[in-house]
Amino acid sequence: MDNKNLTLLNRIKDSDIYFSFIKSPTAILSTIILIIIFFCSFFVEFVTPYNPFDPSSLSLMDAFTPPSWTEEGLAKFILGTDGQGRDMLATILYGARISLIVGFSAVIFALVLGVGLGLSAGYFGGRYEMIVMRLTDVQLTVPSILMALLVDGIARGIISRELHDEMAIYVLIFAIGISEWPQFARVSRAATLVEKNKDYVSASTIIGVSNIIIMFKHILPNIMRPVLVIGTIGLALAIIAEATLSFLGVGVPPTTPSLGTLIRLGNDFLFSGEWWITFFPAIFLVILAFSINLLGDWMRDTLNPKLN
Amino acid sequence: MLIVAFVSFSLFNFVGDPINNMVGEETSDEERSELRESLGLNDPIHIQFSRFVVNATKGEFGISYQLRRPVSELISERLPATIELVLISALIALVSGTLLGVYTGINRKGFLSDAILAISLLGVSLPTFVIGILFIYLFAVILGILPSFGRGEVVSLGYWSTGFLTLSGIKAIILPSVTLSLFQMTYIIRLVRAEMMEILQTDYIKFARARGISEKSIHYKHALKNGLIPVITIAGINIGTLIAFSIITETVFQWPGMGFLFIQAVQFVDIPIMSAYLVFIAFVFVMINFIVDILYYFIDPRIRVKSEAVSG
Amino acid sequence: MAFLKINNLSVNYEMRRETIYAAKEVNINVEKGEILGLVGESGSGKSTVGNAIINLIDEPGKVSGGSIILDGTDIYEKPENILKLRGKKIGLIFQDPQTSLNPILTIGEQLIETIQTHLKLTTEEAKNKAIKLLKEVGIKDAETRFNNYPHQFSGGMRQRVVISLALCCEPELLIADEPTTALDVSIQSQILDLIKTLTKERNLAVILITHDMGVISETTDRVAVMKNGDLVEIGPTKEILTKPKEIYTKALVSSVPPTNKKINRFKIIEKENKIEGETNIKILNRWTKKDIIDQDLVKIKNLSKTFDDNFFTESSKNSVMAVDDVSFNIKEGESFGLVGESGSGKSTIAKMIVNLYSPSAGDINFDNVCITKIKNNKEMMKFRKQIQMIFQDPYSSLNGRLKVKEIVSEPIKLHNPSISSKDLDSYIYDLLESVELTQQSAERYPHEFSGGQRQRISIARALATQPRLLVCDEPTSALDVSIQAQILNLLKDLQEQLNLTILFISHDLPVVRQMCDRIAVLKNGKLCEISKTEELFKNPSHEYTKELLTLMPKIESIYN
Repeated sequence: MDNKNLTLLNRIKDSDIYFSFIKSPTAILSTIILIIIFFCSFFVEFVTPYNPFDPSSLSLMDAFTPPSWTEEGLAKFILGTDGQGRDMLATILYGARISLIVGFSAVIFALVLGVGLGLSAGYFGGRYEMIVMRLTDVQLTVPSILMALLVDGIARGIISRELHDEMAIYVLIFAIGISEWPQFARVSRAATLVEKNKDYVSASTIIGVSNIIIMFKHILPNIMRPVLVIGTIGLALAIIAEATLSFLGVGVPPTTPSLGTLIRLGNDFLFSGEWWITFFPAIFLVILAFSINLLGDWMRDTLNPKLN
Repeated sequence: MLIVAFVSFSLFNFVGDPINNMVGEETSDEERSELRESLGLNDPIHIQFSRFVVNATKGEFGISYQLRRPVSELISERLPATIELVLISALIALVSGTLLGVYTGINRKGFLSDAILAISLLGVSLPTFVIGILFIYLFAVILGILPSFGRGEVVSLGYWSTGFLTLSGIKAIILPSVTLSLFQMTYIIRLVRAEMMEILQTDYIKFARARGISEKSIHYKHALKNGLIPVITIAGINIGTLIAFSIITETVFQWPGMGFLFIQAVQFVDIPIMSAYLVFIAFVFVMINFIVDILYYFIDPRIRVKSEAVSG
Repeated sequence: MAFLKINNLSVNYEMRRETIYAAKEVNINVEKGEILGLVGESGSGKSTVGNAIINLIDEPGKVSGGSIILDGTDIYEKPENILKLRGKKIGLIFQDPQTSLNPILTIGEQLIETIQTHLKLTTEEAKNKAIKLLKEVGIKDAETRFNNYPHQFSGGMRQRVVISLALCCEPELLIADEPTTALDVSIQSQILDLIKTLTKERNLAVILITHDMGVISETTDRVAVMKNGDLVEIGPTKEILTKPKEIYTKALVSSVPPTNKKINRFKIIEKENKIEGETNIKILNRWTKKDIIDQDLVKIKNLSKTFDDNFFTESSKNSVMAVDDVSFNIKEGESFGLVGESGSGKSTIAKMIVNLYSPSAGDINFDNVCITKIKNNKEMMKFRKQIQMIFQDPYSSLNGRLKVKEIVSEPIKLHNPSISSKDLDSYIYDLLESVELTQQSAERYPHEFSGGQRQRISIARALATQPRLLVCDEPTSALDVSIQAQILNLLKDLQEQLNLTILFISHDLPVVRQMCDRIAVLKNGKLCEISKTEELFKNPSHEYTKELLTLMPKIESIYN
């Protein structure tokens, strides 16, 4: 067992991906930032003493405290407080958790759906493939944000208002996921078409391996590279999409604010001078998305040797 | 196109009960069914659908639940604002995106290229509304040189009202259009760059070098022409995406366009506006695809010459 | 002084793990009016030398030493020197005519631009010159074709256009990098003839880079042999091919399949093959060896296959008849050759026999059962077990995500689910050793192996089900000649000891001659003739076969 782990470790160390990783300061830096953000958001209860959603701990006296380094700032609120006296840092981290959960779930949803359809379409071909691809074409022409808005609008029509607030997060995941799956379907179909024509697939067929096993055991691992690249970039897009929808007021309700909701709420205070309420969530969102994109960009360059 | 019409029709029909949305709680059942009959909601579905299509081609989408005005009127009022915004943004995004993309594709290493690339990646990570807010804060709140909302003064030209003819109108469009184009621009930069880099690796470029063709001609005649072919597709999708993203920009800048109308419709479940907007978008997309196909025919000889051979 | 003088040229590729010396102190002179062949196997550095002359080495390669002097000008002395020479004094032809022309410019535009870059001519004059040139390289209707795009030309015609582009400013040195490798035999000989004629008429100095000894022997005046970046030997072609001095050259020459006779085994002089003689086939004791009965194992009757090409065109009018009414039988235990140029339908037939494609018409009988009509999956598995295939491209025929062990064990486990893991391991080891791979290979991944070794893994996988029929689709055409000889030897040994029936598909006539008992010749999906091997080579009955035989480059032609 030990021996096996060692060889796996050696394989990683020996791989070109690892080499290119340690040679790329941007990749390392963005990974570190992401790890910190993920950690702080998911263990936010242990990171900050404040709970912005516990009304008893809030005091309106603390409302609109500017960041700690300004003249009126208080040391206990590093990034200041919002209109209800909530600590900005804590609120942002709680918000980031919502954003990340929605982003990840949406991407995983889109990935499973898209890869499943793309892989099977590419493998079986024929009329089935045509239908799936036509579907992705139609959907790709409809921009993702519009798609998500529509899904949300329909959901509002179907689900009653009270239930909607509860369901909002699932609707959001579904809306973003549904708007992103065609990317995965396209990429995995294209990759499947390349792999399908390789002789190792023919060899397996000749041996008598069944279609399902060929698809999942042989082809799937070989198409994961481009899928992962799309997934990473898709995660950034999903987080941005979630923020955008929430900003537009059709995302998660203000009771469980995500980063986008925070920016929207803070936007109202922008003209009255309380810039930090909207600025910090916005910057946080940009740093998050930028780090993911940096990582995705590096992955694309590394995993796609054609462009090097 | 028909598919989209059908989707928006079913949206119109099945999502919620339109009657419920139109009338108050106290309306009696009799009144409801009367209204139902008068709206033709009791007819078989295919008749309803064909009526919907016929009406749609005439530009009739019914009456907005929320604003109680004909949808067609609302749309035609808002249309010019959105189209002006989108066209200006598309121009900015395409021109600067292609130029910068070509530059970074040719000069792969170099400080300026790296800087452009880093900024473009930042641009992809910046949600449109964040850019909008930052711009407003910087140019409207701090510097106070550009307006933060509205279209400024507009001049009415028959059906069309334009903001291009007044100074305040032009000033007003700067921030929203730059905001809207930024995301697309960075996207185009990266795409054009990748395309140029790939083409510069091909055998025919190497062969052109081996024949002593100048670098200038290789870059701008041989590579650029091939590189621009996919840009046409992108430009098409780009315009569609811009229309969608104009929803956000219009909200941030309170731009009185269709996107603003739509987002209000979504919030108030105003189905007629939503379905009309959808049909409009679908129409635009179909038109764009059509134009892109025609452009391809003229630009790519591999498509043109083949079709000649088949027809001749 | 020689027209082109390469002095102590060294080229390095600095890679991440090591520096690769693609050329090590190479010295070559070329005179006007002669064709110098530059021959070597993949990775020998022959293309690097060609690219170094025109200063177009791919990154991260760098010329690290030596000089190249063309007609008195040192190419690497000043960076602008080469810019004046490219196209003007040096012309270059690439291997693949499909990719070396700009797809969106007409050939006329590309010609005129090149001409006007170097010669002060008006557009009208340049056009006239271009048309004259196109006629010279054998393009009919040059005036109209002038305005055509590259995709409107066939492969051979495109290569002619490429040659005209390389020659349009009257260069004195022509570098041709594998100019015919992507082309069929019949077109290959036309292009080579064209290069020979142009060399004489224009008094060119030509460097012909190729891996094909037959081409070298028929075309070149002198030849330089390269290996791992070293120049092994250089001299008049006849001398090098008939009386090679160096061991490597001897090995290279002896592993080329002779076209004029059938030999039993290829002589391998490479060091790596320490043990000469037949392979120790370890799986023999597991093999339920069938005695060869005098019967037809495979019977193919009126087989046809059409591909509906509606991917590109809406109408089905353009459907392609890939295989057209072909019938033949393969006897148990024989090796049967299927020969043809690209598009002849030979691979399509193979894929129908292994049931990857289903035929449009006709039957395939295996062991007197019609396998094309089996619907039942279980029935089919019986035949899947008995028919296995080896593919052309050793890089795509193995799944890179699986260990060799997993690759080889898959067919075993599938057809014998109850096998114990201990027995499975020893079976895998036996299989690997039978194809001359070590037991340790089992734990490694395909990318750690060379092309030849990968092909051995492929063979091990095919043998794992103990098949009766082995379909080999161009199994060696992606390999270097010395490796080809080893693989062919292995196949021969396996066949002899395991009583395999082999269907051997190839475009390479000399190889087929060495491998097969009987040969069928295909052209455009139609069967031309079937004969015993020696008879086919000595008295071909069909016109097409005769043509192929005269056109194929023969290494023995040097004796004439």
